[in-house]
Amino acid sequence: MRRRRPVETVMSAVFLLCGLVAVAFVLLITVYLVLSGLPAIRQVGLREFLFGTTWASTHATQPQFGILPLILTSIYGTAGAIVLGVPVGFFTAVYLAKAAPAPVAAVVRPAVQLLAGIPSVVYGLVGMTVLVPWVQRTFRLSAGDSLFASIIVLAVMILPSVISVSENALRAVPKEFEEASLALGATRLETYLRVSAPAARSGIATAVVLGVGRAIGEAMAILMVAGNAANMPSLFESVRFLTTGIAIELNYAAVGSLQRMALYSIGLVLFLFILLLNALLGLVLREGVDR
Amino acid sequence: MSRLSPRRRAYDMAVRALLYGSTLLTCGLLLALIGYILYRGVPGISWAFLTTADSVLQGTVGILPSIRNTIYVILASLALVLPLGVGAAVYLTEYARNRRLVGAIEFATEILAGIPSILYALVGAVVFCQVLGLGKTLLAGSLTLVIMTLPTIIRTTQVSLRTVPQSYREGALGLGSGKWHMIRTVVLPGSLSGIVTGCILAVGRIVGESAVLLYTAGLSTMMQDFSTIEALMRSSGATLTVALYVYAKERADLAAAFSVATVLLALTALINLAAGLVGRKHS
Repeated sequence: MRRRRPVETVMSAVFLLCGLVAVAFVLLITVYLVLSGLPAIRQVGLREFLFGTTWASTHATQPQFGILPLILTSIYGTAGAIVLGVPVGFFTAVYLAKAAPAPVAAVVRPAVQLLAGIPSVVYGLVGMTVLVPWVQRTFRLSAGDSLFASIIVLAVMILPSVISVSENALRAVPKEFEEASLALGATRLETYLRVSAPAARSGIATAVVLGVGRAIGEAMAILMVAGNAANMPSLFESVRFLTTGIAIELNYAAVGSLQRMALYSIGLVLFLFILLLNALLGLVLREGVDR
Repeated sequence: MSRLSPRRRAYDMAVRALLYGSTLLTCGLLLALIGYILYRGVPGISWAFLTTADSVLQGTVGILPSIRNTIYVILASLALVLPLGVGAAVYLTEYARNRRLVGAIEFATEILAGIPSILYALVGAVVFCQVLGLGKTLLAGSLTLVIMTLPTIIRTTQVSLRTVPQSYREGALGLGSGKWHMIRTVVLPGSLSGIVTGCILAVGRIVGESAVLLYTAGLSTMMQDFSTIEALMRSSGATLTVALYVYAKERADLAAAFSVATVLLALTALINLAAGLVGRKHS
């Protein structure tokens, strides 16, 4: 065998290095979030931090750092977005994958992609100028910035990923399944919901988990419609999410202050939520492979 | 159809209504969104809006600085993330033997793809702005976006590298080419359109990103000095999305915010179109 030229050795080292960069970035993020997130938790006390119901980080004499309202708001907001967004997304996906005539699908599909690409501040802007005043008028509130408005914005924002992931899953269902069902006398629509959808269930579950990830991580759009007061969550009150809890104070919390360190602790909690979701996604995908 | 029992016919009708209703709702939402943004944004768009900076004296709004900042951030991020991401993908598909290492890299890529942008903002604000002492600059923002867009580039490149037939590689190696020479002359050119698609997707994410840049790159809508390297390192300002946020939330200038939204909408449509065209050519 010919001896390896030096350039080969160098290039394979370079490529290895590039590959390791992604791992290094994840380590960097984890280490920094843990290192900068722990001090405030230690200072406030884990229990007080996670289950305290008052967030008053800028109080002059007795600042309080309880993030339970933020955690619950994130959970309720995400759940609400899933309840509204997933059914609409699922039925749209069924239509696109199974029932739509080709020319219609060719128009709707790029439309869904466009919906996915619209920047979140644009959603926030429209939410703030259209949705918030509408909520205020319809429900006779003193202000329309609320959990309800945030849920609607989030539901619209998760639609595209729910649609495209479920559509791909539905398309991957073997034709034979559907043909067998039709041959047994089921109508097309019965087949889509009772044969195709159960066969694609792990893909659809993936779509839901991805939707949860998108909803729980969204910051800018809901920053503009949620009102951002750290109340315990209630549908028509101003609320603060984990993400907006960081966003609203990050630009003015002084470096080194307990307030800023507490923001990193919120970041750490959010990161744990995301890791949990990733693990869940892994489980869902594995179940899909096993079957 | 006519021999269906009433119950089944009702089921059919209900499902049909749900399918059409959901699809109409989705499309209706998009149309209403676009229509409303254009209705409020287009009147504010003029040549001066696109080619000047804000002027307090004349009371006019101009987004040239934000456009320049956006281009800066796109170019700076791509310049770093492209070699890194393509390199990582080449390692994964062409070099890697150790399955455990491949697993670790792919796992890391998945984690990176799932991290919300506000966490990137948080980490970027510590690592690049504070620890590395860059301050809130476009450079710090671009570096943070490199981490954020890395998974996009790695994945799309990996997929397109796999579409290069194995026989091409064997042919090149059989003719006596070294591995790097083979990658440079056979594999990478063969997967060019996939890499371009990855770039377009990354540009889309960068253009749409606001949280990261709001906290790492600054809020100024003034004209930045890009004339020397030192000035490039120090300049700090708002990209289009951040400018939209600043106009809407901090200056309550909704007309300007909607005009920026119109520009962003046009850019998004353009990016999607480009990705679609390149993708189609690819397949």
